[in-house]
Amino acid sequence: MELVKTSNLVKSFGTIRAVDDVSVSLQSGKIYGLLGPNGSGKTTLMRLIAGLFYPTKGSIDILSKKISVESKDSIAYMPTESFFYDYMKIKDVKRFFIDFFRDFDQLKFDELIKKMDLSEDMKITALSSGMNAKLRVAVTMARKAKVYLLDEPLNGIDLIARDAIMSAIIDGANEDNAVVISSHLIDIMENVLDDVIFIRKGKIVINENAEDAREKHGKSIANLYKEVYA
Amino acid sequence: MNGFDSGMPIYIQVINKLKEQMALGVLKPGDKMPSSRELAIEYSINPNTAARVYREMELMELCYTKRGLGTFVTEDKETVNSIKEKMAKEYTEQFIFSMKSLGYEKNEMIKLIGSEGN
Repeated sequence: MELVKTSNLVKSFGTIRAVDDVSVSLQSGKIYGLLGPNGSGKTTLMRLIAGLFYPTKGSIDILSKKISVESKDSIAYMPTESFFYDYMKIKDVKRFFIDFFRDFDQLKFDELIKKMDLSEDMKITALSSGMNAKLRVAVTMARKAKVYLLDEPLNGIDLIARDAIMSAIIDGANEDNAVVISSHLIDIMENVLDDVIFIRKGKIVINENAEDAREKHGKSIANLYKEVYA
Repeated sequence: MNGFDSGMPIYIQVINKLKEQMALGVLKPGDKMPSSRELAIEYSINPNTAARVYREMELMELCYTKRGLGTFVTEDKETVNSIKEKMAKEYTEQFIFSMKSLGYEKNEMIKLIGSEGN
């Protein structure tokens, strides 16, 4: 089932086209890798689909309807930077999310933070960057959304925390939802992705099944990435 | 868990790892195998890839699915033994190949194994 469809999507900031004529379709039951170096337009594309930017041109359909305030119910977007208030403890973050999102599953959240070795009484200011990243993934994946947009979930994360984060993402993916992960850490992501979307200077340059791409080009996605962006 | 080769499809690499476990007896005939979701998490692979691993292994008759109960290692001991034999043969060939490249003759290899093995 098609969950998201963008048609000839453009987002300009002044003279810069951060997203340039992007037409993509996101299907349920798939994990997508949105891949590209810094400044290629990954975050802008995610923010457009999350309804946080208004397109300069083109259109976005969420669940076959034009994007609107309601479509935010179906989309869980995780920004790359921390978005928690400093005065909060993890349990306050939980309460905050329960208030904000109807689809927030408390039990799922409790299970996720346990697996991530976090506890409710920890203060936000006392979290390491890895712990903060884990908490961001936990609050996002605890929602029962149709589309998960995770912007650089592995940025600056040590190996152990990476495993916890990838497990939470894989565990949350199912036949009814789509997960989009943006990253430039291709080698870690490679085995988890169904489809890869390469973006360069705001344009989509490759959009295909990861296994097909490996076979067709006879190389890993990581090596293909190096070739495309070299 | 990573450490996959770049060129070979991931599902084949995971199948090889599972075959190794069967040959070693870590997975025994009739044992329940992890669900495809558990397999995905364990190897950090895509859930659809994990499902494909079991589909392919069923076609090879290395495992079978009981509806609603999960996937199980084949109960056919012959099949499991043949995995072990095939892998042993492969490893031996590799060993002989490496030793030959060092200029060893067969009887020298045997002597060396005899003095090492215990």
